Amino acid sequence: MCQQPTNDAEKQPSLHHARRNFLKQTSALTALALAPSVVMKAAEKKLDEKAAGFFEQKTLNIEVNGKAHQLSVEPRATLLDVLRENLHLTGSKKGCDLGQCGACTVHVDGKRVLSCLSLAVMQNGKKITTIEGLQQGDQLHPMQEAFIKHDGFQCGYCTPGQIMSAVACISEGHAGTDNEIREYMSGNICRCGAYPNIVDAISEVAKKGGSRD
Amino acid sequence: MGNYFFDSATVFEELDRVDGKAKVTGQAKYSAEYEMPGLAYGVIVGANISKGTIAAIDINAAEKAPGVLGVVTHLNITKPAGYIAADATKPAAVRGLKVFDDNVIHFNGQPIALVMADSFERATHAASLIKAQYNKETFSTGLEQAMKDEKPLEGNQYKESIRGEKDAWKNAAVKVEGTYTMPNQVHNPMEMHATTVKWEGDDKVTVWEKTQGVKSTQRDIMQAFALTEKNVQVNTLYVGGGFGAALRTWPHAMAALIGAKKIGKPLKVVLTRMQMFTLVGYRPEAIQKIAIGADNDGKLIGMMHEANAVTSNYENFTENIVKMTRALYSCANVTTKYNVYPVELSTPTWMRGPGEATGSFPLECALDELSYQLKMDPIELRLKNYAETDPENGKPYSSKFLKEAYQLGADKFGWKDRHPIPNTMMENGWKVGVGMSTGIFGAFRNEAKLGLKLMADGTLIMQTAVSDSGPGTATAMTKIAADAMGLPYNKIKFELGDSSLPPGPTQGGSSSTSTVGAAVSTGCVTLQKKLAEAAKSSPVFGHIVAVENFLFQNGEMVLKTDPTKKLSYSEVLKNAGMTSIEFIENSGRNPAMEKYSAYSYAVHFVKVLVHPLTGVVKIAKAVVAGDAGKIVSPKTAKSQMIGGVVGGIGGALMEESVIDERYGRWINNNFADYHVPVHADVPAIEAVFVDKPDPILNPVGSKGMGEIALIGFAAAVANAVYHATGKRIRELPITPDKLI
Ligand code: FES
Ligand code: FES
Repeated sequence: MCQQPTNDAEKQPSLHHARRNFLKQTSALTALALAPSVVMKAAEKKLDEKAAGFFEQKTLNIEVNGKAHQLSVEPRATLLDVLRENLHLTGSKKGCDLGQCGACTVHVDGKRVLSCLSLAVMQNGKKITTIEGLQQGDQLHPMQEAFIKHDGFQCGYCTPGQIMSAVACISEGHAGTDNEIREYMSGNICRCGAYPNIVDAISEVAKKGGSRD
Repeated sequence: MGNYFFDSATVFEELDRVDGKAKVTGQAKYSAEYEMPGLAYGVIVGANISKGTIAAIDINAAEKAPGVLGVVTHLNITKPAGYIAADATKPAAVRGLKVFDDNVIHFNGQPIALVMADSFERATHAASLIKAQYNKETFSTGLEQAMKDEKPLEGNQYKESIRGEKDAWKNAAVKVEGTYTMPNQVHNPMEMHATTVKWEGDDKVTVWEKTQGVKSTQRDIMQAFALTEKNVQVNTLYVGGGFGAALRTWPHAMAALIGAKKIGKPLKVVLTRMQMFTLVGYRPEAIQKIAIGADNDGKLIGMMHEANAVTSNYENFTENIVKMTRALYSCANVTTKYNVYPVELSTPTWMRGPGEATGSFPLECALDELSYQLKMDPIELRLKNYAETDPENGKPYSSKFLKEAYQLGADKFGWKDRHPIPNTMMENGWKVGVGMSTGIFGAFRNEAKLGLKLMADGTLIMQTAVSDSGPGTATAMTKIAADAMGLPYNKIKFELGDSSLPPGPTQGGSSSTSTVGAAVSTGCVTLQKKLAEAAKSSPVFGHIVAVENFLFQNGEMVLKTDPTKKLSYSEVLKNAGMTSIEFIENSGRNPAMEKYSAYSYAVHFVKVLVHPLTGVVKIAKAVVAGDAGKIVSPKTAKSQMIGGVVGGIGGALMEESVIDERYGRWINNNFADYHVPVHADVPAIEAVFVDKPDPILNPVGSKGMGEIALIGFAAAVANAVYHATGKRIRELPITPDKLI
C-alpha cells in the first residue's frame, strides 16, 4: 500500500461530517465549546451523553505495516477493531473478541499479540504488523507459501492468525519438534481442523532455517 | 466404463486451493468486512429469561447514548410482509422465530432489541443500557427432565419403524444393550455470523451474509419482504466455516434487514461468540437406547434403536438419527423409534454429520461390544453382516466399496497388531487402546445451473450461485473442468458467492461436488459440442463437426484421425468470428438413480492413550478410510476428511454444552469453557480413499465426503477407550472424570 504517512483522522469525511452536524445541532456544545471541563462535568452527571461522546476520542500514533497513522480513537476501542473498522485492514480476524481463539493475532514490535485483548490507545508509538504486511511486494512470506503448499486451511478464517502466530512461533524458538509446535500454536483455534497440515507447514519453514519477519 | 473424465490420459499436477493466496494474505473478504460510507453497527440484545413475556422494555437511555442511530424492539418494529400470513390457514412466509414479532420469550438469549450506532463500541455500550422486565414462566432446557415431564411430539416422522419382527433381538443367543447420551454440541465456526445490509429505497437490498446457500438466503429475504428476485442481491464470497450453522437465514439477519431499513443506512450486525451458542443452532442433545442380538457366529438377528432428542418450543427440528441402524448392516429385524421433545432452547440445526453422527455413536459402540462378547474381530463382525443390497428397500447400490475401505484403513493403521483382549497394552505408563467404527451417509446429487463462458483468449469462466464454507468447491470444480477441457488450471475461473449468477445448490449434506461437479462435467461436454460446431469454419478440420472426432487437450481441439490437425480454442472462436461461447448448463438428477441406493462410507481407526491415574485420554493416531467415489481433488479432499476427524475428536473428548437449568442459560458459551480441539489435541491424521468412481450417481463419479468424515468417529474413540481400559463409556464427551 502507500508509504506516505497520512493523517487518517483528517481524511475521514464521514467523521468530519458527523462532527459538523453535531456542532450545528448541539447548541449546548456551541455555548460550552470553550469550556470543555464544564461539558465533562455535565457528562458525568449524564446531563448530556452526546457531549461526552464528542470528547471520548484520543489521538493515537501507530505504524501499521510500515505506514504511519495518526488516528483518533475511543479509549475503549481494541486494536483489532481499530485495524478492521478504522484502517479497513480486515485480514486480522475476530473469532471471539475474548482472547480465546488467536484469529486476531498480529505482531506488535515483533511479538505476537492478541489484538482483541489490546486496547488501541496503549499501542501509541508501536509498530504493528498484520497479515497484510507480511509479504514483501509480490513475494509471499515463506510461511504463507508453506500454508498454501500444505493446505493449512479450509475456510481461511483462522489462517491470518495462524500464520502470524506461526512466524512468531519460529522466531521465539518454539518450533523445534512437531510436538513443540503443537504446544506453542495451541492458542490458535482452527474449527475446520487443518491442524496437521498447519504443523507440516510450520515444521517445513522451521527446518528451512526459519522465517523472515 | 471408460467414460469418466478422470479416466482421461492427461496427468495433472496436484492443485493448490484456487483461493489460497487470497486466504493467506488477508485479502479474502468475509461478510463483516465490506467497507461502505456511513456504515452503522448493530448489536443484538438478548432476553435473560427462558420463558415468559416482556412486561416492559426501556430503550430510553440507549437511544440517548452517544452515536446511537436507532433501536428496534417488538414495540416499534415495522413488521416485514412475510411476518403475517396472507391467509389464516397458511403459515407466514418467515419460518421459525420471527424476531421482534411480539413480546413472547421462547429461550434465553432470544433477541429483544437491536441497537444501532455509528461505531461498534457505541452500539455495544448502548446495548448494555436496554432494560427489560419480564413475566416469567416455568421452563425446562434438559432432555432428561423433558422425557420425565412431557410427551414427545407426534407425527409421521416420529412413528415407530418396524422391519421384520419387533423384538427379535431379545431371543438371540448373544445380546448387548445400552443407553448412550450426548450433550448439545455447537458448530462454532471461527467466523461469527455476520450480516451487512444495504437498502436502496424500500424495495431493493444488497446483503453480505454468512450463508451456505446464497440462493436460499435470497429466497428467504424475498419472501420476508415481498421483494422480487432481481431486487435482492446476496453476496457471500467467503464463508469462515459453517458446519451447518449457516444453512438458515437466522433471526439476527432478519433483525439486520429490519434495522437497516429503519435507520436508512447500511448496517452490519455481527454476533458475539456467546450469541453463537444461542442464535445459530446446535446439534441437539440425545439420549439413545440400543439393543442388538446376534447368533453365535455373529450374524445379526435383531436390532432396536430408540433415540430421544430436543427441539425448540416453537419449531420442530428432526434429523436422521436412527436411519443408519436400518441402513448399514444386513439384518432382517430392525425396530427404530425417534422421539423429539420441545424445550426452552433455540431451534437446533444440522451440524456436520448431522443425525447420523448422533445415531452412529450407540450403533457402532454396540457392534464393538458385541464383537467382544463373540470374541470376534470388530471388522470381521461387520463383514459378517455386510449389506450387499440396501436393507431398507432391497435396491442395489450405485456403488459400494466399504469392504475395500475396511481393508485399506486396517492396513494403513496396522490393525493386525491389535491385542484382542482389552486392558492389556501399555506404552510409557499409559494404557493403549485401538478402536474402529463405520460411518455411512446418503450420497446425493441435486439440481444446479452453471454458466459457462469460453472467452476469446481461451479462458473458461464458470459461474453458479453457491457459496463455499471451506471444502474448496472452486478448487474441485477447476480440476473437473481442467480435466474435461484439457485446459491448464490458470485458464479456468470458477465464480461463486453471488445470487445473481445461475442458481446453484446450498452447500450442505455433502452434495456440492456431486451436484455442481456434475454440472461442470456435463457443461464441458456441451462446450465441446459447441466448439466442434464452431470449428466448421476452420478449414483445417475439413468441415468435420461431430464432436466424437476430436480430442480436447492442452487447450486445443485435435483431430483423432490426424493429430497433426489441431487448433487452439481461441483460434476456433476467431475463425468462427465469435468473441466467446456462452451458455447455461442445466444439471439434475440421473433418472437411473431411481433403481439404486447411494451412500458414502468412512471407516475410522483410532489409537488412544489413557492415563491410568488421571483418566486423561489422548488421541495418539487416527486413520480414516473413505469410500467417497472418485476423488476429484485429493489435496483438498484429504484436508476435508482430516477436518472431520478433528471435529470428531471434539465431539468424542471435549465438546459439551453446560446449561444452568435454574436459569436456562448456557454457562460455557465461549472457547475457554466450551472446549474444541486445539493443536495440542490433534496428532498426525491420515486420510485414505478407495478412490473408485460411482458409475451412476453423477458423471464425475464422486460421492459425498463432508459428513462421513465425522460420522462414527466418537464411537471409534469410545471403542478404543474400552480396549485400553475395559471400561465402556456411553456418555459423551469422554472426559477424565468418567474414567477414574
Ligand atoms: S478474536 Fe482475539 S483471540 Fe479470538
Ligand atoms: S481454516 Fe477454517 S477455521 Fe481454520
